[in-house]
Amino acid sequence: MNVVLAKTETGRALSDAFIVARDRLPGTGQILEQRRQAFDAYERAGLPHRRLEDWKYTDLRALMREVLPLAPAPDAAALKHAEKTLKQHKVRGTRRLVLVDGVFAPKLSETADLEKGLSIRSLREVLEAGNAELQSQLFAFDVSNPMVALNTAMMTDGVVIEVAAGTVMSQPLHVVHIATGSVPAAIFTRSLLRLGKDAGVTLVESYVAADGAKAYQAHDSLVIAIGDNSRLDHVRLVEDSAEAANISSAVVTLGAHAHFNTFGMTSGASVSRYQANIAFAGEGSRVETNGVNLLNGKQHADTTLFMDHAVPNCASREVFRAVADDRAHSVFQGRIIVRPDAQKTDAKMMTRALLLSDEAEADNKPELEIFADDVTCGHGATTGALDESLLFYLRARGLSEKEAQSLLIQAFVGEAIESIVNDDLRELAVASAIRWLEARA
Amino acid sequence: MMSLLEVKDLQVRVEDREILHGLSLTVNPGEVHAIMGPNGSGKSTLSHVIAGKPGYEVTGGEILFKGEDLLEMAPDERAAKGVFLAFQYPVEIPGVATMNFLRTALNAQRKARGESEYSTPDFLKKVREVAKSLNIPQDMLRRGVNVGFSGGEKKRNEILQMALFEPSLCILDEMDSGLDIDALRIAADGVNALRSPDRAMVVITHYQRLLNYIVPDFVHVMSRGKVVKSGGKDLALELEASGYAQFEDAA
Repeated sequence: MNVVLAKTETGRALSDAFIVARDRLPGTGQILEQRRQAFDAYERAGLPHRRLEDWKYTDLRALMREVLPLAPAPDAAALKHAEKTLKQHKVRGTRRLVLVDGVFAPKLSETADLEKGLSIRSLREVLEAGNAELQSQLFAFDVSNPMVALNTAMMTDGVVIEVAAGTVMSQPLHVVHIATGSVPAAIFTRSLLRLGKDAGVTLVESYVAADGAKAYQAHDSLVIAIGDNSRLDHVRLVEDSAEAANISSAVVTLGAHAHFNTFGMTSGASVSRYQANIAFAGEGSRVETNGVNLLNGKQHADTTLFMDHAVPNCASREVFRAVADDRAHSVFQGRIIVRPDAQKTDAKMMTRALLLSDEAEADNKPELEIFADDVTCGHGATTGALDESLLFYLRARGLSEKEAQSLLIQAFVGEAIESIVNDDLRELAVASAIRWLEARA
Repeated sequence: MMSLLEVKDLQVRVEDREILHGLSLTVNPGEVHAIMGPNGSGKSTLSHVIAGKPGYEVTGGEILFKGEDLLEMAPDERAAKGVFLAFQYPVEIPGVATMNFLRTALNAQRKARGESEYSTPDFLKKVREVAKSLNIPQDMLRRGVNVGFSGGEKKRNEILQMALFEPSLCILDEMDSGLDIDALRIAADGVNALRSPDRAMVVITHYQRLLNYIVPDFVHVMSRGKVVKSGGKDLALELEASGYAQFEDAA
């Protein structure tokens, strides 16, 4: 059963859409009530538009127009199609967890022989089981953000991963979001990753489409809680199809002496937004967040980060590189808040954009709000074209124009990609960047 | 015998200013030509136009390379055909490892000529050999192209490329600028090792000093966008004694 959610030209929502869809959404009682409230919040706001400061550069009313009907649960044919797609996106040495059209696919996932201390369940299972603590974490998102509210109301499935205290996993987990796109539809997922104290894990997320997928929307959200002395390495690759939209949100909390290293690269999707709130809840923790956009055609990609230094003695680094060709539009909004108690905060943000055509656009909006007096904070932003003198040098050495550009673009995004610690995953990101470069050559 | 390079009555403008006013030069395989002249005489412009640097407008004349119209070719085609410009100021390319750059460039040239790509062991062996002869340490090859290199290291890196690509025409643009005498000797030895009956060199320099190390067969004096005098290697010594002023007046 498909439902139309909201026609936004008028800002009018179809109130009964949620009521129609809710039979397919896991959870009853309080969960259902929370969904209902979230849907009301979304309905009041509708799709975000440029008059909202936070969405100034990413007007979803213009870019997405509407929210597509809820995707049907994948049937046998869709799962088979997804399995074929999965083969092209396997990452060596990882444990795969697969979501097909927003539904956890146990047969495509590797959930057997879990390491001691690792627990993996589907979101549906957790919401239906009624674990109050997990559920309160799953609903930790602030529904004043309309896209979060919509996701909260409609989340259908996802993966809930718990890494117990003292468990340091060597094998990365790879969550693969596959859209089969048999009909134009929207996918709503929410996942949770919880690391106890003294734990460590690497999480990779890929967003991909099966061949021939019709237009779809991936609405995803991720809750991450990193315990004291724990470390999370995170890689996120958005390689959705050219007609897709990907609207993703993340909420990350770090305990004391924790470390979060995250890298995101967007080369796919027609419209994408990644909004992440990263909050320091314990002292002595560190976050490195690195991102790359590789865009062409009329692609629009927005990364909006909010770094919340609420406690003293934490450090954060944001390095973002955008490459925009043709009429593509890259957006980076980085807000750092240093709250009054957060003395000795060390926060830096550097964003650089490379425009490959006269019609490409890059918007950088750095914001620093500092309420403590003993801090080191800084940000910088540059936008420019490829350096002609470097291009000529390379061409004088025999590289064609495209080859010379490719080498310089690789170098430009390289600084961000280098931040990935795991060799295989760094290679994965490099390979994804090279695919993009070869496609434009 | 066909000349390797024939520059005929070349006229070149940059924006609204004519820099070369009918320059002619013929270079045959195996020859080493020195082009001398004061600052602003158009020496570097000539080297840039031969290599295909954008921003120069050729308003008259022609350049033939192995009998073909060089001006019709993109810079990378010229490189693949055997033109090599050793830059006066080699650029720094952060993020592009020297080794990766060398391999990409060499294979691009070979591919353009329809030759097979070098195998990795052959390539590494060749680079190591040449690097050793030029006193280039291995860790320099792992760094970004020219990043953090001294002036001398940058020039040696140019000669390393020259040795790898095996061009038939080498243009050395002010190779001596910024080099002390030891660095100059290493660079010159590297260049001399590449002299061969099949390969010609055009050495552009302001000072005679370089020509003590790279001894030319012919010396041309440029002034105000033209060759105003040509002769043998003794002409360079003459210039050292008398300076360029006489030619400034003549031009």
